[in-house]
Amino acid sequence: MDVLPRWAEVVLVPLISLVLALALSMIVIAAIGEDPFNALKIMANAALGSTQGIGYTLYYATNFIFTGLAVAVAFHARLFNIGGEGQAMLGGLGVATVCLYLPLPHWTIALVVATLASAVFGAAWAAIPAYLQARRGSHIVITTIMFNFIAAGLLIYILREVMKPEGSMEPASQKFAESTHLPSFFDMAQLFGWEAFASAPANITFFVALAACYVIWRLIWHTRLGYEIRALGHSETAAKYAGIDPVKLTMIALLISGGLAGMMAINNVLGEAERLVLNATEGAGFIGIAVALMGRNHPVGIIIAAILFGMLYQGGAVLAQDTKIPVQMVIVIQALVIMFTGALDNMVRAPLERFFLSTRKRA
Amino acid sequence: MDFYVIVQLADATLRMAIPLLLACLAGLFSERAGIFDIGLEGKMLAAAFLSAAVSFATGSVWIGLLAGIGASLSLSLIHGIASITFRGNQLISGVAINFLAAGLTVVIAEGWFRQGGRTPSLSGAARFDGIDFPGALTRIRDKLQASPGMQFYSELVSGHSILVYVGLIAVPLSWWVLYRTRFGLRLRAVGENPAAVDTAGINVVQLRFAAVLICGVLCGIAGAYLSTAVQAGFTKDMTANRGFIALAALIFAKWRPWHAMGACLLFGLFFAIDNRFQNIQLDALWVVVILVGISALLTGYALRRDKIDMLVLGGLSAVLTVIALMLWGGMASGSEAGLFGSLMETVKLPGEFIQSLPYILTVVILAGFGGKAVGPRAGGEPYVKER
Repeated sequence: MDVLPRWAEVVLVPLISLVLALALSMIVIAAIGEDPFNALKIMANAALGSTQGIGYTLYYATNFIFTGLAVAVAFHARLFNIGGEGQAMLGGLGVATVCLYLPLPHWTIALVVATLASAVFGAAWAAIPAYLQARRGSHIVITTIMFNFIAAGLLIYILREVMKPEGSMEPASQKFAESTHLPSFFDMAQLFGWEAFASAPANITFFVALAACYVIWRLIWHTRLGYEIRALGHSETAAKYAGIDPVKLTMIALLISGGLAGMMAINNVLGEAERLVLNATEGAGFIGIAVALMGRNHPVGIIIAAILFGMLYQGGAVLAQDTKIPVQMVIVIQALVIMFTGALDNMVRAPLERFFLSTRKRA
Repeated sequence: MDFYVIVQLADATLRMAIPLLLACLAGLFSERAGIFDIGLEGKMLAAAFLSAAVSFATGSVWIGLLAGIGASLSLSLIHGIASITFRGNQLISGVAINFLAAGLTVVIAEGWFRQGGRTPSLSGAARFDGIDFPGALTRIRDKLQASPGMQFYSELVSGHSILVYVGLIAVPLSWWVLYRTRFGLRLRAVGENPAAVDTAGINVVQLRFAAVLICGVLCGIAGAYLSTAVQAGFTKDMTANRGFIALAALIFAKWRPWHAMGACLLFGLFFAIDNRFQNIQLDALWVVVILVGISALLTGYALRRDKIDMLVLGGLSAVLTVIALMLWGGMASGSEAGLFGSLMETVKLPGEFIQSLPYILTVVILAGFGGKAVGPRAGGEPYVKER
């Protein structure tokens, strides 16, 4: 039935897309008068050359795993949640609210409470677009885009007028209590007497992200709910005929998606900044789109893609310091990955299909 | 508020509305032909950059304008190839184009000019200057003392760059093309039912490409307007979400040209109000009444529907009511006028709220209040000829 063998579908197609994106990016680097191979070396070295570099890579990867999972769960129901950015912002607001206004005596309690708060806030921010999609048929893409902007406005207002400590000029909240400090990779390595990861921001949230991947994998492929979500994604009419309530399922899928995007905040707000700042999400909500597309909406693929994008972000930041290539080069690569894996999928696939068909005929 | 202030506000509204209007009409052509385009923002940004860069390099803003249109057109072409030729996901393609433009403009600007991702500032023939109509006053002091009619003529009618007038002419022109020509009829048909158009022997692919390219030209003019007429040069992310606001306006206008102008002027007015009045006061009473009123309406609607409606709308109502009560509580504790007296005091509307109004309004419209917004029926779906 399928033209492509499974390994080609899972490995070859994303890999070719990635290579195409990287090749085009290197042409761009060469065009602005820098050495692309040198740039590649700097990036690889920055991302993997030291435990500190790895610590940064995994910190970024943790963000992208959450947002990637968020996009993927919605994709399984054939919904395009482009609002991960806003949902992650609201997740940050949730984390800041509980950390500032609740007494949290130990980091384990802080982690549990913050995880719940971030998921609830993220899901709540997805609830209205989800409701409008499910009930009124308003396009989820447009409403979530609008909710990203509303979230940005809301956050600026809250940071400026509500959470900013008195006498401070910067629109940011107070620092959270010392007791909420999550163990970073540095702290954990020291437990074993290993001096590593220095000041890298990677923290225990990375393992929460891996756990989330496992839970989502179980959910999507091994539960009735997951089956219903996928059924809805394949064909709404068939799902309806099988007795699945599309309104309810659309709501549930998008609430899970929003919750996952919100949970990113335990990494960047509680784990790294330990306070709520403006633009804490740094576009990670959008990178989730690229990660989900490249990871083929599967948790394992998402982990790999998230680590790749983590390397790209860490490498890009160092590249901007060491050369004249601005950090926006990363956005170009991200755009090309989205383009090739998402929109130009058929272009990559068609020659491969022709190739595999010809080999099959000969066999 | 005297008449001159109103004229000035109208003038600012018009200036703010023009890039929205051009981008909105661009989206109109594309979406009417069945191609969703959330890449308006990226195309405007690319055009803004290249038109400023080429204007600076050549010293002629007209060559710059052409270059900007070229940049926007090439992104349109990518969108067309992805979504028409390869039948890819139009939304994902649009997202990719936005990022591509956001990244490439800064990378190239840095490689070209080394000024931190911006172009050098433009002056003289490298910019679109305002055109002063005959007899129009140009000095503010003269305008202040002139008669209302003269103020209207000098401030609002005259003194804009040529692209403003191009934008205004584009509205009747778009209407005429879409509703009074054979091409327009076919274009609208291809967005509703491409199979029928195909059966009539008309090339669907060609038509859709034409629509996408028209979209590119209009976005190009919008971008060039921003960097060579409003500002004197390109700065990073200078489109500032205008492409998305244009998209919102398009939905607001329900995909019709004249309504698009109305929507863009309305959103332009929000910008102008936000720029001009930093301090908008409202009686606390009104804020509380409006918030509680919306909550009551939502709850009333939800009560007649299912559990899901009750959960979502009830939750939203609860949040709005809590905000209203918190505001009231905050006012009452901070004043001596007492619990009810404090309601007569004024609160400042946050600027962020005014800036978010276009987005909030779009969501409200999408929710189906004031008539359902239904887009072209075949929008977003690639056309597959062979079944």
